[in-house]
Amino acid sequence: MFRKLLKPFARFFEMHARTHYRAERHSFALAAGIILAASVGGFIEIAPLFTIDETVEAAPDMRLYTPLEQAGRDIYIREGCYACHSQMIRALQDEVDRYGPYSLAVESQYDHPMLWGSKRTGPDLARVGEKYSDDWQMRHLVDPRALVPGSVMPQYAFLLDAELETASLPDRLAALRAVGVPYDDAQIVNAAIDARGQTLPDTDWAEGVAERYGEETNIRHFDGRPGELTEMDALVAYLQILGGLTDLPAEMQAARGD
Amino acid sequence: MMTRLTVAERQSAMFISGLVAVAGFAMAVAGHGDPMGAHGWITLLFAATLFFLAGEALYHDEPTEDRSAEYYDDPTKAGILISLAWAVIGMGMGVWVAAQLAWPDLRFDAAWSSFGRLRPVHTSGVIFGFGGNALIATSFHVMQRTSRARLAGHVSPWFVLLGFNLFCIIAASGYLMGVTQSKEYAEPEWYADLWLVVVWVVYFVLYVRTLARRNEPHIYVANWYYMAFILVVAILHIVNNLAVPASFGAAKSYSAFAGVQDAMTQWWYGHNAVAFFLTAGFLGMLYYYLPKRAERPIYSYRLSILSFWGIVFFYIWAGSHHLHYTALPQWAQTLGMTFSVMLLVPSWASAGNALMTLNGAWDKVRTDATLRFMMMAAVFYGLSTFEGSFMAVRAVNSLSHYTDWTVGHVHAGAMGWVALITFGSIYTVVPLLWRRETMYSWKLVEWHFWLALAGTVIYIFAMWNSGITQGLMWRTYTESGTLAYSFLETMLAMYPYYVARVIGGSLFLVGAILAAFNVVMTIRNVGYRAPQIDYPTASEAGEPAIPAAE
Repeated sequence: MFRKLLKPFARFFEMHARTHYRAERHSFALAAGIILAASVGGFIEIAPLFTIDETVEAAPDMRLYTPLEQAGRDIYIREGCYACHSQMIRALQDEVDRYGPYSLAVESQYDHPMLWGSKRTGPDLARVGEKYSDDWQMRHLVDPRALVPGSVMPQYAFLLDAELETASLPDRLAALRAVGVPYDDAQIVNAAIDARGQTLPDTDWAEGVAERYGEETNIRHFDGRPGELTEMDALVAYLQILGGLTDLPAEMQAARGD
Repeated sequence: MMTRLTVAERQSAMFISGLVAVAGFAMAVAGHGDPMGAHGWITLLFAATLFFLAGEALYHDEPTEDRSAEYYDDPTKAGILISLAWAVIGMGMGVWVAAQLAWPDLRFDAAWSSFGRLRPVHTSGVIFGFGGNALIATSFHVMQRTSRARLAGHVSPWFVLLGFNLFCIIAASGYLMGVTQSKEYAEPEWYADLWLVVVWVVYFVLYVRTLARRNEPHIYVANWYYMAFILVVAILHIVNNLAVPASFGAAKSYSAFAGVQDAMTQWWYGHNAVAFFLTAGFLGMLYYYLPKRAERPIYSYRLSILSFWGIVFFYIWAGSHHLHYTALPQWAQTLGMTFSVMLLVPSWASAGNALMTLNGAWDKVRTDATLRFMMMAAVFYGLSTFEGSFMAVRAVNSLSHYTDWTVGHVHAGAMGWVALITFGSIYTVVPLLWRRETMYSWKLVEWHFWLALAGTVIYIFAMWNSGITQGLMWRTYTESGTLAYSFLETMLAMYPYYVARVIGGSLFLVGAILAAFNVVMTIRNVGYRAPQIDYPTASEAGEPAIPAAE
């Protein structure tokens, strides 16, 4: 039956096989064919994402990560949190009901790299910011099962004892600017001071942070221990800003009645 | 092994390893106080060891035999052994991280031992360490036999093999220190990525130069696949790893892409790592070792052509099926879904071609566990490609994505297809390479087969259950229209399946340990037997015979 079905194409197959039989004697013809065949799909799918304007929504209120939040993001990556937590709420009813408005492209516009994730061993974190208190986040990271019995999350108590390394923050912000995040010179030069300032409310340093990153910036003792700047401060500061970089998703989806 | 090289080759080996050692020292100095510094010392130690190994043999006698009269198999032998070592490490890590998900306290509170840091050690360990070394080793073996020509060079194969392993060591040790780009299957940082590019270019040049020496006008199908593997992995690796380091003295870098473009690039890479690393390369293995072992020619030349070009062309589009219902534009999602479904045609053409090749040799499948490994690999290849096309459909994906179903699917491919074809190929090639009569113990091969099969099946069923259960629980509503289960409840329901997964994975690991033991004992204890014809020749009289079933 198979043969009968393919019969109309027999001549094409015949020709194809013969051509191939000749072509496969040339390693460079083969190599060129492979590169060509393998390039088409990637080019057609990826290139337009950079050129079509609608791909990423316009969100004028979109803010940047502060140096402390960026440092927290780097710790999130270092510890591999993305292996178990996604940051991408899909446009499905149950996800919107569970986690909040579905994620927009603009929300990760400045995420180099994105942390959308591929597995939810733990819940999605795209909108976890301000859902729990700083204290809850800190205690949960120190001992997850004390707050959530049955959780399988690893403990991260050592973050409380690890002093945050800030000296490299200007370099890190500069590298981010090189790949397209619009940090200005003042933000880069003051990155190390601003990281500390964000945990010292009511000081001149804190005012500098508010001036450079906006009045709505969270300025608090994130790890509950004033005076020390720890990796816990950075990670909690990052978790608390997730979903809070722009109000656009909530506005858009409220307007549409979703 | 050094004495098989000429003095000039020993000198260039010393020169290259010396150069790498200096680069390692420079990294150690520049990266002082950063994990990059530790990587510098590791590189220095690795290269210095090779430097002294070559140096020690420098004044020994030159090889007197006519080297062009035989194949050069030393790098293949080393690659097979290294691959088996990585198999035990990588699968051992897999069992450990799986156990952590069932019993989180198995982490023992160290910073380096959390699930997040160990998981990439497992994935890179099995994909690159076990799979990559097996691919490099077998490609050296296959390209020489199918070209009837000796490898083009004596230092470059070692450079490729050992350079690749330096990359693997830097990757794995980096994850433990928290060095990662977070891109799945592309976690190593910028300096490791740059090094891999150098290694890969040498690999391609070596491959093409060996093909240029061939005594056979046609390039055999296996070589098309190995070539696609080398070429496309290079493209994927370079594009997805484009990044700007924060400084040249530290490991941290930031991807050139952000957000939605980064997601598309990452999954274009990620899915095609599956396509061109875990499929194309291993199909190269299948197309050589399966017909050899079955002593049957490949069933259909035309199906080979169809499936090869189908796989190369269709697979590249499929990556966006990882991003259904996300912020990726719908048109890109739809393209990914469409091509994923079409991909079933060339995939099944390959699997069918392999199974039809066994026609007339099914009695051997019954008695020869080695051939059965390869047969079962083809079956799992067919099953997991069907499952993959199915899961790429948007409606199915809405349930399966983010759950263990994906994990189960990956392991159906990785354990059932990749590992089984590799073990089958290793059992075929080891007696040939070391000129042994047979494997040390055919009973152990038989045991390994059933352990691997049982482990894979238990693993897959556990993940189907946990994934579908959790996916359904997430979307279950009460009658009043609220979500029925909290996230925690859906997670607690996973416990029995996570325990089952540990059991399945452990069985598979035991099988791999048996394989390593069996191979070592074969080399040490089994008697010598010269193969009939296994040397470069312009004559078409015959190809190397493979020992019949044990």
